[in-house]
Amino acid sequence: MATATAPPQSQDQSQTELHRQMLRQMLLIRRFEEKAAEAYALGKIGGFCHLYIGQEAVAVGSLTVLRDDDYVICSYREHGQALVRGIPANAVMAELFGKATGCSRGKGGSMHLFDVDKRFMGGHAIVGGHLPLAAGIGFAIRYRGGDQICLCYFGEAAVNIGAFHEALNMSSVWKLPVIFLCENNRYGMGTAFERVAAITDVAEHACSYDMQAETVNGMDVLAVYEATQRAVQRARKGGHPTLLEVRTYRFMGHSMSDPLHGVYRTKEEVEEQKKRDPITQLAHKLKDDGVLGQEGLDAIDAEVHAEVDAAVRFADESPDPAPDELYTHVLAD
Amino acid sequence: MPTLTYRDALNQALREEMQRDPNVFLMGEEVGVYQGAYKVSRGLLEEFGPRRVVDTPIAELGFAGIGIGAAMAGLRPVIEFMTWNFALLALDQIVNSAAKMLYMSGGQIPMPIVFRGPNGAALQLSSQHSQAWEAWLAHIPGLKVVAPATPADAKGLLKSAIRDNNPVIVLEGEILYNTKGEVPEGEYMVSIGKADLKREGRDVTLICHSKTVTITLKAADALQEQGVAADVLDLRSLRPLDEAAILASVAKTNRAVVVEEGWPRCGVGAQVVDVIQRDAFDQLDAPVLRITQADTPMPYNKQLERAAKPSPEKIVAAARRVLYLE
Repeated sequence: MATATAPPQSQDQSQTELHRQMLRQMLLIRRFEEKAAEAYALGKIGGFCHLYIGQEAVAVGSLTVLRDDDYVICSYREHGQALVRGIPANAVMAELFGKATGCSRGKGGSMHLFDVDKRFMGGHAIVGGHLPLAAGIGFAIRYRGGDQICLCYFGEAAVNIGAFHEALNMSSVWKLPVIFLCENNRYGMGTAFERVAAITDVAEHACSYDMQAETVNGMDVLAVYEATQRAVQRARKGGHPTLLEVRTYRFMGHSMSDPLHGVYRTKEEVEEQKKRDPITQLAHKLKDDGVLGQEGLDAIDAEVHAEVDAAVRFADESPDPAPDELYTHVLAD
Repeated sequence: MPTLTYRDALNQALREEMQRDPNVFLMGEEVGVYQGAYKVSRGLLEEFGPRRVVDTPIAELGFAGIGIGAAMAGLRPVIEFMTWNFALLALDQIVNSAAKMLYMSGGQIPMPIVFRGPNGAALQLSSQHSQAWEAWLAHIPGLKVVAPATPADAKGLLKSAIRDNNPVIVLEGEILYNTKGEVPEGEYMVSIGKADLKREGRDVTLICHSKTVTITLKAADALQEQGVAADVLDLRSLRPLDEAAILASVAKTNRAVVVEEGWPRCGVGAQVVDVIQRDAFDQLDAPVLRITQADTPMPYNKQLERAAKPSPEKIVAAARRVLYLE
């Protein structure tokens, strides 16, 4: 946003540091996911594995706004959010490997990353099922009179399920401090949103629930950051929920078993979208601002590469859960 | 000891637990202003206010999930379903969210939540309002399932359920709400997972729970007149199941009939029979028989409905068969 007077130098520096940090986190996600794909191909990661490549700006831009005591809850495409929230790459990778050192002790896997100390309340793998949970966390915050918020990520395909509407309605009726952040990456698995949704502007749904909404360019990390700031402010002040539609794109298939572009979208479309790569965009901006040159960028990349390599080693060398872990945590004491 | 209705015993349990623990709240359709579809929550809105007695829209999946989310953040919700028939809409949340949260988080997120409401048939409510879901619910690891038959058990089990750190399903019954019985005052808890031997006999074991306890006791009276003394075992909890109590009784009588309101296929009784055949095989003197609802949707017509439901007469006939009296 343009201002009449230049900001003071210290604010400038903190902005620069913030941008550099955002770039680092997006790169960390990118490199982490590339390694995860490799490990999957090697059979080290099993089951379903949904990569976040292309969508990094969404997690980074939004989570940067949160306080440590806020809550985060996600769908099953949540490696990126977990890393940005501060779950160590080691613990996330180890969970993907199903190891005892994983953030869910090897019992959740890629789709169920949890870290209650980071208030990271899980990846949830039934489409739309965690939206009421987010509202419930918001309910608990309001019940206690706190000023925390709950940030809930979901894909656009969840908009077609009843849980979305029930959660938005009750959140609005009860003024719950929840941000419903829809990552609109255009495809629910292989089904283009416009083929199955009567209203394709997700943000429009907010009207039905008398809720604030905003549509955001999800390839621009700063736009996501600013829109999230506005939503967080609304939620903290009056407990007002917001529906944020963040338009993004995944560069990979739906999951590891889905080819890069498949039969539901063209190679050209994917290549065209890659020109909007959020990491390249921010890197260009920092270069233009004279903040970070190629050398600086390479240094950050080398740093996150090392972090991810170490995570793979850690996961590989970690033990499997003990056999009797099968029967632990079914019930609490 | 005061005599209370089953409804008021539940009300007392809710009131006492809400007084004891500020994290306990009640949420559901018509629980507040309307005072409860079956008046179980009568007076609670006045005492605890709308923050803790929360009227919801008709959106079972949504408010079940909101309860689960609140439990994830440390509250202790009691979610009332107007009936368990409507709770099928919430089954995704109960099964996929509540029952698995602790496990898939590697032990990080306990789930102290109660889902309660009337289960099974009342009178002439026809197919969609007359279903007993305990077999479905007791199938799920990560849940506890209780089905109190008496006012005292209703109070004691609901209090235990609210204090439990796991999701507990409490199955009540429309036609139980008006039944009366002695209920201990104040701190009265019934352990989840303990059956109750309602009546002692040596000839045959009759195993039942919830509404079928009443008709099974009637059957036991009728059998007594025919010179047959029955053990009547009220399971009270279906998950966990008190296998020791079942086996102790069968070891004594060598014969058993299992009674339930649900359908026969894959029912609670099938599970009980599995326990008996596996661990009491050598003690059996006859095949175990089951009395269930007919394997049909519930009809509206009064005579057909009566024919569909378990009855004392059906239980007496089954008991006589396992005793080779017919």
